Amino acid sequence: MISFRVDGRSGVPPYLQVVRQVRQALRMGVLNVGDQLPSVREVVAAVAINPNTVLKAYRDLEREGLVEARSGQGTFVRALPPGPPPGTHSRLGHSLARWVREAREAGLDEESMESLLRITLRAADAADSESEEIA
Amino acid sequence: MSAAIDTHELTKRYRRVSALTDCTVTVPEGRVSALVGPNGAGKTTLLRILAGLASQTAGTASVLGGPPRQDPAFLAEVGFLAQEIPLYRRFTSEDHIRIGAHLNPSWDAALVRTRLAELRIPLDQRVGTLSGGQRAQVALTLTLAKRPRLLLLDEPVAALDPLARRNFLATLTAAVADAAGGLTVVLSSHLVIDLERVCDHLILLAGSQVQVSGDIDTLLAEHKILVGPRKDTAPIERAHQVVHTVTTARQSTLLVRLKGPVIDPAYQAEDVTLEEMVLGYMGADEAPAGKQLTTVGEES
Repeated sequence: MISFRVDGRSGVPPYLQVVRQVRQALRMGVLNVGDQLPSVREVVAAVAINPNTVLKAYRDLEREGLVEARSGQGTFVRALPPGPPPGTHSRLGHSLARWVREAREAGLDEESMESLLRITLRAADAADSESEEIA
Repeated sequence: MSAAIDTHELTKRYRRVSALTDCTVTVPEGRVSALVGPNGAGKTTLLRILAGLASQTAGTASVLGGPPRQDPAFLAEVGFLAQEIPLYRRFTSEDHIRIGAHLNPSWDAALVRTRLAELRIPLDQRVGTLSGGQRAQVALTLTLAKRPRLLLLDEPVAALDPLARRNFLATLTAAVADAAGGLTVVLSSHLVIDLERVCDHLILLAGSQVQVSGDIDTLLAEHKILVGPRKDTAPIERAHQVVHTVTTARQSTLLVRLKGPVIDPAYQAEDVTLEEMVLGYMGADEAPAGKQLTTVGEES
């Protein structure tokens, strides 16, 4: 079972925050196929959000094919989202954490790390499209 | 789905002062509606009329299928929690549970005892000696014990600290979930951040009039902030409803309710938050365009 957080100041609609947290839990392997999502009652009693918000989020996840509502029983995970297998994120997260430690020791602050990541991503994109052109 | 609340041109005047003017709103059953507006906008007046505690000067109101009235059948289905928490301070929660059982035909005493136990609020303590947050919880739980179909809450969390507020709202949303569509709530508050979590419907009052009302997600999708160079905004005003404009020497920022796509490439359209939309409409009321408002102390 997972618990949700809803941040009122994030600018992301509450229902979308719930959807993203379920997807994230599926990717991280926190939730697996067959697992049950908390009931609407449990979610609203824990985080004080509108029950219709939770229903809307669960309906969205159902439309994506990730969960299924079984009448009288609750909502269960049906499939994992497309993408790398679960565990990939946490594995890469660990190696990224090593890199962050290294960067901090080298004197980089958060802003420089973020901009370095962005620059590297752009450079990788450019290299990809170049190799496509050559091919 | 049928409407829990349906008003048409509801008006309440005190002598020459209009507390509520031509208020036409619909709240579908099962929704949690946020009633917002500046102080003196008419929020309490509207709630009191809906609860059957005040009568209108003109217009009609239908609540749960009929006009609000002071009869036991109507009052059994409507819970009203006034701003000043209405409890007998020298009585304990247990006393209140017993009083409630005498006064209400369908009274769920077990619900109150279970919920207050969950919240670790002692039943045998005088409510006057409880904290503000605990008192608000006792009052809400007692109001829920009569299993209302409509709950009218007038700024119930205004005086509470953040944790007490969260707990109060959790009790409320859990009750809405338990009722599975059978409980409609109107909640007035200034705390938009709370309303954004808890509510899915909006009634915005300013200057005794309804400025905007409806499903929150739909309203947010219909409204945009347009940012562009300062120039003649007349074309935008012709195409859309301009709610609020902020103009600096170089730039115009407009809150608009869209009536179609924005075609002027000079403007960048951005999504709005509930708070921006609410503030935009409240600000719009300060300089009403072609609208004559009567407020206290401004009579000519």
